[in-house]
Amino acid sequence: MKKVVKDKLNDGEHGDPWWWLVQKGIKSSFICVSIFALLVRVAVGLHPYSGANNRPKFGDYEAQRHWMEITLNLPAKDWYRNSSVNDLSYWGLDYPPLTAYQSYIHGVFLKTFDPDSVGLFTSRGYESYLGKLLMRWTVLSSDVLIFFPAVLYFVLVYRSMRLGLGQNSDAAWHIAMILLNPCLILIDHGHFQYNCISLGLTIAAIAAALSQKDLVASVLYCLALNHKQMSAYFAPAFFSYLLGKCLKNKNPVLEVAKLGLIVVGTFAVVWWPYLHSKEAALAVLSRLAPFERGIYEDYVANFWCTSSVLVKWKKLYTTQSLRTFSLAATLLTCLPSMVQQVLAPSSKGFLYALLNSSFSFYLFSFQVHEKSVLLPLLPLTLLALEERQSLLWLTHFAMFSMFPLLHRDKLVLAYIALYALFILVYFAPGGPSGRCNGSKTRDHRQTTKRGMGFLSSIAFHPLVMGFLGLCSLILHVIYLTMRPPNKYPFLFEAVIMLICFSQFVLFTLYFNSKQWMLSKHLTSKDKQKKII
Amino acid sequence: MKQLLWFFGIATTVKLLLIPSYHSTDLEVHRHWLAITHSLPLSQWYYDETSEWTLDYPPFFAYFERFLSVFANLIDPRIVHLHHGLNYKANSAIYFQRISVIVSDLFLLYGVYISTRNLPSLKRNLVWVLLIWSPGLLIVDHLHFQYNGFLFGWLLLSISFLAQGKDLMGGFIFAVLLCFKHLFAVAAPVYFVYLLRHYCRGGLVRGFARLSAIGAVVVAVFAAAYGPFVYHGQIQQVIRHMFPFGRGLCHAYWAPNFWVFYIMLDKGIAFLLRKVGFNIPTPVASFTGGLVGDASPFAVLPRITPMTTFIMVLLALSPCLFKTWRDPRPRLIARSVAYAYTCGFLFGWHVHEKASLHISIPLALVAVESLEDAKHYFLLSIVSCYSLFPLLYEAQEYPIKVLLLLLHTILMWFCFSALFPKNIAAKGSLQDDKKSTQYESKGSSRTAAEKQRFELGWVAKSYLLGVVVVEIWGQFLHPYLLGDKLPFLPLMLISMYCAIGIVYSWIWQLKWIIIFS
Repeated sequence: MKKVVKDKLNDGEHGDPWWWLVQKGIKSSFICVSIFALLVRVAVGLHPYSGANNRPKFGDYEAQRHWMEITLNLPAKDWYRNSSVNDLSYWGLDYPPLTAYQSYIHGVFLKTFDPDSVGLFTSRGYESYLGKLLMRWTVLSSDVLIFFPAVLYFVLVYRSMRLGLGQNSDAAWHIAMILLNPCLILIDHGHFQYNCISLGLTIAAIAAALSQKDLVASVLYCLALNHKQMSAYFAPAFFSYLLGKCLKNKNPVLEVAKLGLIVVGTFAVVWWPYLHSKEAALAVLSRLAPFERGIYEDYVANFWCTSSVLVKWKKLYTTQSLRTFSLAATLLTCLPSMVQQVLAPSSKGFLYALLNSSFSFYLFSFQVHEKSVLLPLLPLTLLALEERQSLLWLTHFAMFSMFPLLHRDKLVLAYIALYALFILVYFAPGGPSGRCNGSKTRDHRQTTKRGMGFLSSIAFHPLVMGFLGLCSLILHVIYLTMRPPNKYPFLFEAVIMLICFSQFVLFTLYFNSKQWMLSKHLTSKDKQKKII
Repeated sequence: MKQLLWFFGIATTVKLLLIPSYHSTDLEVHRHWLAITHSLPLSQWYYDETSEWTLDYPPFFAYFERFLSVFANLIDPRIVHLHHGLNYKANSAIYFQRISVIVSDLFLLYGVYISTRNLPSLKRNLVWVLLIWSPGLLIVDHLHFQYNGFLFGWLLLSISFLAQGKDLMGGFIFAVLLCFKHLFAVAAPVYFVYLLRHYCRGGLVRGFARLSAIGAVVVAVFAAAYGPFVYHGQIQQVIRHMFPFGRGLCHAYWAPNFWVFYIMLDKGIAFLLRKVGFNIPTPVASFTGGLVGDASPFAVLPRITPMTTFIMVLLALSPCLFKTWRDPRPRLIARSVAYAYTCGFLFGWHVHEKASLHISIPLALVAVESLEDAKHYFLLSIVSCYSLFPLLYEAQEYPIKVLLLLLHTILMWFCFSALFPKNIAAKGSLQDDKKSTQYESKGSSRTAAEKQRFELGWVAKSYLLGVVVVEIWGQFLHPYLLGDKLPFLPLMLISMYCAIGIVYSWIWQLKWIIIFS
């Protein structure tokens, strides 16, 4: 007993076991965490990428390499056009121009060290030790140059607003939660994509918006949108938050006009090579909206795919009408959170709105991929200090929903290791997940008072959590060891999808109600202030 | 304890991620040993020549491989097949062996736990960071492939038993360790003298009783290890395999030790003499090739034999032995052991660069004791880790080793500056003499603050900066400027530069042993 007390005294200034790591301030703990995060990324890069040795189409790795080949060897106006030198049916470029520019820069890098890997035509399906290494390094450098600084910017802004808790070690934990998000690392550095760029730009945009630099935020968000059209998942939140803030201004029209001009200007700059004629611009645009690919692919845990077990959407309706359905459903489900932000824009509410709108898109929009779950996960990691339990739970299901995909990529070992790493960091001894039990229960009591008891009691009920946790663990094992019955070759995928979908829907409802509770809470506070 | 497990867990996830990385031929060596011990009867273990990788570790390690081979056989029988298993590179073999290293690191965990049990919490944390997250061990065990973590667990255990006064237990564990890997025997003289003077004292009768007790323990351990081979009359064969003196003075890549300077001096003098006009023949034999006939690999300086190195190690070790003889103190045993390994590393025959871990791992236990220790350890541990860089020569692992060293350096920096904070002394004295005359208090507080603060002097700073320069030269400038000319230069620079650091560490430790104890 005495020893324990003595230990506590020795633990540094605040009884914090991480005091030695964080005593030099946020920036130095950021450097430390980010070097570790970088190490983890490099180590994941040792594992195979999607479609390795898998002729004739390979996978995302080959797609990205092919884009480098195309952008490096052809003039910009031919990048999106089917021609004798650019066969669009073989991994044709279908991301916005900023991705094309990024591919060009990376292509130049590859060409200096390994010219064979980007030769026009000759390099199709090119795979080599050096080629893989160079490609991996392009993702690493994008992470270091865009994602990491954006996270630092966000954490500094977030802390200066005192949205988070006070201690330095909490901030370090928050940084670790954002940087060590297993899904993002697995997709970018294992499967092979450049989500870190668009997500990094989005984080920077969020940080700028939170620190009242609305114009900067719009530029950054437009860049994110122009890197990956999927960033549109966040558009309703940005739109409503910025609009809500403009409306509160003395001169709303002027503010809106300024933002509009900035957005149009940014787009014009990025799209410059395609603005010379209407056809060219439309050609690019049609490449970005692959409507012919159907409403869903594989087994993604969203509404359309899950309900297709009962309703055969693809057979009953034409793609045209499904497009309308999905658009309507997405907008409808976004609406509550948008309305809330337009009426009462607030920093916390904005983060929740990002979460809600991205979840709506994930669940209801057209052509969603398993990997799209990264987008709703991003605002959730940004809210890590507020939504601790949800973060753990949803990361678990996001990972789970991507498990079949990662299994195909032969990334199971990396999956296990990163999942364990996430759990360990999440439950770091002395970290916020263990320490602040008191405040969490208080939080819960507050929410139950406001009539959210039902949702949160389902979502966080220990029995439900334990049962689902066990189920998913068993499913992992079954998926790895057993073969599905011949009659239903995708039985396991379907079960995984059902479980994940149920959780995603539940949490979307929970986050939506939480966002609305936030404004009630605020307005009641305001009223109290006025009375005083 | 929870935190220690947490550190270990984090390290384990990184180790798991590193499974597909580059591994040296040691993986095949150990796989072949699994096959030998599994497929052959004990009497043929040290005779088998199916592969060039004959069993050259002591019997306990062979038993350990026999134990592992049971599981290997369950997972994939081909791993332990003497002939079909040769150069078997399937995932099952690699995963099994890598995971066996990761699991055997539990011994390291236990050793670290036992040896840090009684430290105050902050210091304990720091030692855990230094040992559990040691970049050197990660590079050697989990990238290059060996079972050092397992062995160092035993060493730490033995040291901590001695430090706690449980001499018999410490001696027993060390004897076991020697039967796992005989390279650890360099510290045997220190153990011998220490146990003789510390354990076997208290009058003639009691001393003799204790001497026979510990003698019996050691003999029992060695009997358990070598007994079966003595029974089969193979002890000479075992010894021959364990001590291949046919190898040269230096390993393929020169370990950063004293002989690097000796070789360079030889080359330099020969070059100068040739310039002056003497006819100096270029030596035919190489340093790494061994004792080929009577040819000396040196042009001018006298030739070095295993005996010379042996005597030099003993000479270098003698001050420490002398001190231990006069005043055997449990507190100093970790330092003495580390010093013995330093001497062995600097002057030994055919030293491998991996042996620098023998210095940095035991010293981690005492690195938190004082500011001077911390400063010395900071430098030593960086040099020792950096000297391991040439082990991983492929491009894929380049960022990994750099990031490991960088992370280690930053963590150490945070650790030591938290332990020796900036102005604690100054604050205390300022508050004390607030009312006394200002000039005096200012002066005294400033010196007190400087004494307590973790800060590197300009020599150490520029030396560490030099590490960066050497690395940049070797990796980027040399290939760019010189192309394929002088391909050995970058490696030679690394071993020369690290040797300076190790020699400094040796002198520092020697000074400490002479002055402080």
